[in-house]
Amino acid sequence: MADTMEADAPVIELRNISKTYGHGEAEVHAMDGVSLSIAKGEFVAIMGPSGSGKSTAMNMIGCLDRPTSGDYLFNGVHVGDLTKDQRAILRRNYLGFVFQGFNLLARTSALDNVELPLIYKGVPAAERRAQALDALAKVGLKGREHHDPSELSGGQQQRAAIARALVGSPQVLLADEPTGNLDTKLSVEIMELLKLLNERDHITIVMVTHEEDMATYAHRVVWMVDGRVERDGPPAEVFNHERHSA
Amino acid sequence: MIWETIRLAIQAIFRNALRSILTVLGIVIGVAAVIAMVTVGQGSSDQVTADVAKLGTNVLMVMPGAGQMGPGNNSVSAALDIKDVEALIDQLSSVRTAAPYNQTSLNAVYGTEDTRTSVAGTDTRYLDVVDWPIVLGRGFLPTEESSGKAVCIIGETVRQELFGNTDPLGEKIRLKNVSCEVIGLLEAKGASSFGSDQDDIVLMPITAFQRRVTGSSDITMIYAAAATNVSTDRTLVDIEALMRERRRISDGEEDDFNVRDMKQMASMLTGITDVLTGLLSAVAAVSLLVGGIGIMNIMLVSVTERTREIGIRLAVGATANQVLLQFLVEAIVLSMIGGLVGILSGLGLAAVASNLMAIPFSPDAAIVAIAFLFSAAVGVIFGYFPARRAARLDPIEALRHQ
Repeated sequence: MADTMEADAPVIELRNISKTYGHGEAEVHAMDGVSLSIAKGEFVAIMGPSGSGKSTAMNMIGCLDRPTSGDYLFNGVHVGDLTKDQRAILRRNYLGFVFQGFNLLARTSALDNVELPLIYKGVPAAERRAQALDALAKVGLKGREHHDPSELSGGQQQRAAIARALVGSPQVLLADEPTGNLDTKLSVEIMELLKLLNERDHITIVMVTHEEDMATYAHRVVWMVDGRVERDGPPAEVFNHERHSA
Repeated sequence: MIWETIRLAIQAIFRNALRSILTVLGIVIGVAAVIAMVTVGQGSSDQVTADVAKLGTNVLMVMPGAGQMGPGNNSVSAALDIKDVEALIDQLSSVRTAAPYNQTSLNAVYGTEDTRTSVAGTDTRYLDVVDWPIVLGRGFLPTEESSGKAVCIIGETVRQELFGNTDPLGEKIRLKNVSCEVIGLLEAKGASSFGSDQDDIVLMPITAFQRRVTGSSDITMIYAAAATNVSTDRTLVDIEALMRERRRISDGEEDDFNVRDMKQMASMLTGITDVLTGLLSAVAAVSLLVGGIGIMNIMLVSVTERTREIGIRLAVGATANQVLLQFLVEAIVLSMIGGLVGILSGLGLAAVASNLMAIPFSPDAAIVAIAFLFSAAVGVIFGYFPARRAARLDPIEALRHQ
């Protein structure tokens, strides 16, 4: 996949994507002609009121969902043409997920949680362990590797989840409301960590959030309303416009 | 990958230890029941075979009455008499020796002691036929046999009941209205294949038995021993021919008597045991089926409960087959653990039961292997449906599941 990618080609390219749920009267247009292009190394925040389609857009980008119409190209590959298993393999090799609810496996140590994607990748046990320990160290969880999620604070759990998303060296980190369950102090810590990963390791980050404070860590804000991209630009610009129109 | 999957499955099973135990209980009980049944059944079969070997495989029995042994069958045909015994010995080279044997059940009384026992009228040759030594005292003298003197040889159990550990020789016991002098004590033999006590017996001369107990000169059974180096089968044919001649049965008519050898007795007995074992095992096998349904039930609950976990696995890149395999392996490992525990407890149970029943403990490797494979198969069959359900989950729906 990477071979077909040209130097300045976008990692993520949505072309006029629509996603419709239900039929007839109950038809809901979660995404309605969204076009969006994200380049390597960007840090993008997708924002908008609830029901604006930002979660659907996130699932689409994460190759968890397929568009009703339009094309999604990931590294130039048409995701819409891929089978369920091919998309799973794409996720395991190129994408990392961070969720609002952390989504760590309960009664499973941080280390085992982080090793999970590598197991499905078929990485040998010793190497897997080394990579997982490395990822945990990167997010500042050295010394907590053998703790269960229940023994970790919310911030630590989210760090473990970020480590799990990072461990396969993905091209893109997808974060769905990563600070939604955390207080302000911990939220700032997590955002600083994401910022560091973006700046130091050049990981492309796409984040859904409804908090302006968090979105200001991104380089670019995509503002969605009713399944459409209404504004797209640097945070200050987008927020300024929203405040004026409100 | 498969080892990884097995490791994950074991991890998942131990994460929910209590539920796992309850889930496999059905399998454990089913397998344990089958193993215990079959092992004890095999043990009692072996016991019968061993008993028969002890009794002498060259022993044959002649009884009046056609067809199967049993009540009512011998009423129509003429009884045997002592001349038949002499004829078997004199006219057949394949018969080493033979003895009459009439048996009834009576109270034996000595002083204030009293015991219900089996009383048989026979002669010294019987002890030769069945190879039963006298450990104390002596056998019947020819004069005692011809005169019908009331003397008797007793088994170990009768001695214990009536005399305790004291010397019974020369004492008189009363059987019905006959006062009978104890002249010998038989070697202890233990329980027979039927579970009856072979030492619970009193032997008296057939003449005395006929005259004083039954009041008839009929003989109800003849024990015969085949001559050395002559097969029981040939002896059996010889006896049948002679008996037909003596009883004037013309060609084409059915026998009105029965000749059986110990091999037939043994196969009849083991046949009964095998049928019983089969029936009980079938009942036990049903509980295996129920156990399998239990596994499916819990696995389905588990899939629902772990929907979010499945969503996470799918999100981080597990393919549908990897999820299917995980749940399938979990079900198989679970049922194999159940099978293993079941086999061990079944064998333990059988060992204890065999000990209590005084039969040999005969574990059968084939049955153990079959039970183990069967429990694995239960896991595959009943684990597949829940596993497929897990594999088909939509990752977005699964992640949203609370």
